[in-house]
Amino acid sequence: MTFIRPRRKITQADWAKYMQKRAPLAQDTAIQRFFEAPPPSLDTPIAEVPMVALDMETTGLDERRHAIVSIGLVPFTLGRIKLAERRYWVVKPPRPLDEASITFHHITHSEIANAPDLDEIIDPLLEALAGRIVVVHFRHIERPFLDAAIKARRGEGVMFPMIDTMSLEARLHRQKLWARFRRWLGRPPVSIRLDASRRRYGLPSYQGHHALIDAMATAELLQAQIATHYEPSTPLSALWT
Amino acid sequence: MDVELLEIRQHMGQHPPFDRLSDSLLDKIASRVEVSYFKTGSDILALNETMTDLCYIRSGAVEVYRRQGDLYNRLGEGDIFGHFSLLRNQKVRFPAKAIEDTLLYFIPKAVFQQLCEEDEDFADFVEVERPRLETAAEQQKKSNDMMVTRIRKLVARYPVMVEASTTVQQAAQQVSQAQASAVLVLKEDSTHPRYSFQDSEGKTWQVCGILTDSDFRTRVVAEGLSPQTSVGEVVSSRLITVQSDVSIYEAMLTMLRNNVHHLPVLYRQRPMGVVHLSDIIRYETHSGLYLVSNIFHQSNIEGLARLAPDVSASFVRMVQEGANSHMVGSALSTIGRSFSRRLLELAEEKLGPPPVAYCFMVNGSMARNEQSIVTDQDNALILSDDFIPEEHDAYFKALADFVSEGLDACGYTYCKGDVMATNSQWRQPLHVWKSYFTDWINNPTPERLLHSSIFFDLDSLYGEDLFVEALQDLIAEKAPQSPLFLAAMARNALNRTPPLGFFRTFVMEKDGKHNNSINLKRRGTAPMVDLIRVHALACGSKAQNTFQRLDDIANTQLLATGMSDKLSYAFEFMCMSRIRHQVIDLQEERVPDNNIEPENVADSERHTLKDAFQVLSNAQKFLKFRYPVPANRTGR
Repeated sequence: MTFIRPRRKITQADWAKYMQKRAPLAQDTAIQRFFEAPPPSLDTPIAEVPMVALDMETTGLDERRHAIVSIGLVPFTLGRIKLAERRYWVVKPPRPLDEASITFHHITHSEIANAPDLDEIIDPLLEALAGRIVVVHFRHIERPFLDAAIKARRGEGVMFPMIDTMSLEARLHRQKLWARFRRWLGRPPVSIRLDASRRRYGLPSYQGHHALIDAMATAELLQAQIATHYEPSTPLSALWT
Repeated sequence: MDVELLEIRQHMGQHPPFDRLSDSLLDKIASRVEVSYFKTGSDILALNETMTDLCYIRSGAVEVYRRQGDLYNRLGEGDIFGHFSLLRNQKVRFPAKAIEDTLLYFIPKAVFQQLCEEDEDFADFVEVERPRLETAAEQQKKSNDMMVTRIRKLVARYPVMVEASTTVQQAAQQVSQAQASAVLVLKEDSTHPRYSFQDSEGKTWQVCGILTDSDFRTRVVAEGLSPQTSVGEVVSSRLITVQSDVSIYEAMLTMLRNNVHHLPVLYRQRPMGVVHLSDIIRYETHSGLYLVSNIFHQSNIEGLARLAPDVSASFVRMVQEGANSHMVGSALSTIGRSFSRRLLELAEEKLGPPPVAYCFMVNGSMARNEQSIVTDQDNALILSDDFIPEEHDAYFKALADFVSEGLDACGYTYCKGDVMATNSQWRQPLHVWKSYFTDWINNPTPERLLHSSIFFDLDSLYGEDLFVEALQDLIAEKAPQSPLFLAAMARNALNRTPPLGFFRTFVMEKDGKHNNSINLKRRGTAPMVDLIRVHALACGSKAQNTFQRLDDIANTQLLATGMSDKLSYAFEFMCMSRIRHQVIDLQEERVPDNNIEPENVADSERHTLKDAFQVLSNAQKFLKFRYPVPANRTGR
């Protein structure tokens, strides 16, 4: 994904308070249950945080015009990525697929034709995310897409805290003094795309653009980032956004 | 299968032991894997921690240590570890650490146990060293010779074929002319499609029977038929044939089952030859026999030297036909002995009869019947005690020189340690030899024995066998009672240690260094031979062959039960690896040597070799403990 939106101002939101407030207001039972299981508190050491890596393939990059095609997730902790508990769904987007996106994520018309609407998977999806910190690579896709898609179907959206492995890479490679110096010298910035980031930690290359494989790859990347630059005792607040 | 797990199953499916699993089992593992990342230098398994998973290295590298902290193993992508602890008390016995950034797949214990139960190969692979070596050695034996070699190999020439209208006399003449022992009878017909074929002129023929030597006797002569009878009248309609690609074994069974001695071999429907039972028996007994008889027909060194290429050819063929190391070693030793014997006969022809009785003694690998294609000469002369140096030595010196030069011309290079009868020190009367051996045994030091230990493998090649037997008796009697001697021999047997195994394309050493190749003789078979010799000496065995020594050792209480089997499997496997690599060298027209490059070793062979090295290493540790230097003793 070469596309990066202009940086927004980072504000450390009080997610616990937000979710607590949303719970009693929720109309939809699935959404209510989701908000009733708040994420771990800010000072929890990362080693104790239950997480879930999430990735989705979409027909494009704009949540207002494009739709979700597939969602993959893998629950994990700092110690173990639990493949046995993985979930993967292909969903039917409300608008037909265009050919360009097919070549991108390899999901074909016939697969989509037999797939359910996202509405049918919202319940199990939210259940899988509840109480866990969601980990993604580049949060500006997953969060707005999910929010928009759920709002379209259930009348209310879902926002929640995330750890973004791309932001963590950006902190190391884009915002440090050395990185600015490199830019000043006219060197290309270090790539913080998923595969390039993984390579810096000695992680193998995976066949990309499959939501579940990318979710797994993201979980592995976070383990590697924490093992390399942080401690198991690093509090959640230092990592999430 | 969920496509999303393809990444995992494809990777695992390329590495042993997973590469042999069924797809469904592989899917099961892939779906249950747990993943974890370990930074360079971080601990993966700590001593005595409870084992819950089998570990698989997806990327990176891991070192495994012994309890005391010595390096036990270095592993890379696709290797597994933790299975020993998982199988035994389920506590970590060998701690592990990441030496590169490492991604591990954990396979939960329940899945591991299920794999062990459902897949025998997998169980063999992960259980202790013995079963894996055992299966490997047994598979080599099973794939032996007749089971895999196709019958077409024994078809030497086109069959004699006649039309059914031919008279028996004409047919008999054709058989005699061709020096064959059977004739196939053909009819211009196509009613029996199984035996119909077209000749070059487009005529369709059908094989309607076979007439053998004994048929001529029983069906024609004994019946009093005229020589002018047509073969079609006497041929039996019962025809037993085989296709050219059945195994020799199957062809032999067909003969035995049908009680026939001739078997027409067909390629599709066309006869390509007739195999006789004796062809099979000759094949089975030995290919080297022809070479040996050829050696004894040569009348000079040049003639013998011309046969050298046949030795390699016969070696390659034996290995291809599935011979085990014992067969190859005995055959090559027999060939080597034949060269030496013939050279001694020629020397005596040239020099006249010997002035006193002598025995030409061979040592080292030839004495053990374990010769390989890469070999030098180790020999000596034991002379009668009537020997008077001033009068007789010129004769024996000339004899030794003749043999030594002859062997060199035939491809058996001079001994680098000068252990040859040309060296006057090793050309002595029996009583001097006895004093040599007595002195070595009574006053041993590892340094002295290092140079003379080659003589502890000894066999008679030519002349007075009794002389060598006297020395063998002396050793067998004295050695078991000489702890200092055994300790010194044991110390020498520990000089050469096996490597840890392989890591990527390197041979791993115990100190963590690595090499590009391994000398499998110096680091594997030779230390094994040395080690087994010490045990054999300790139990008074007179056997010279390593496998026979192991049999003798197994009859005593010297080693723990099963230990000698383990050693024998490990030895067999190392020998065969070395032999196979020499065959590859020969086939690719390189000078064969004992060096093996890890990248040329198949995955499964690598693992088994590693096991074999481990067996050797453990056995060396036991040797040190079993034959300690006696305190306050200087021998008897």
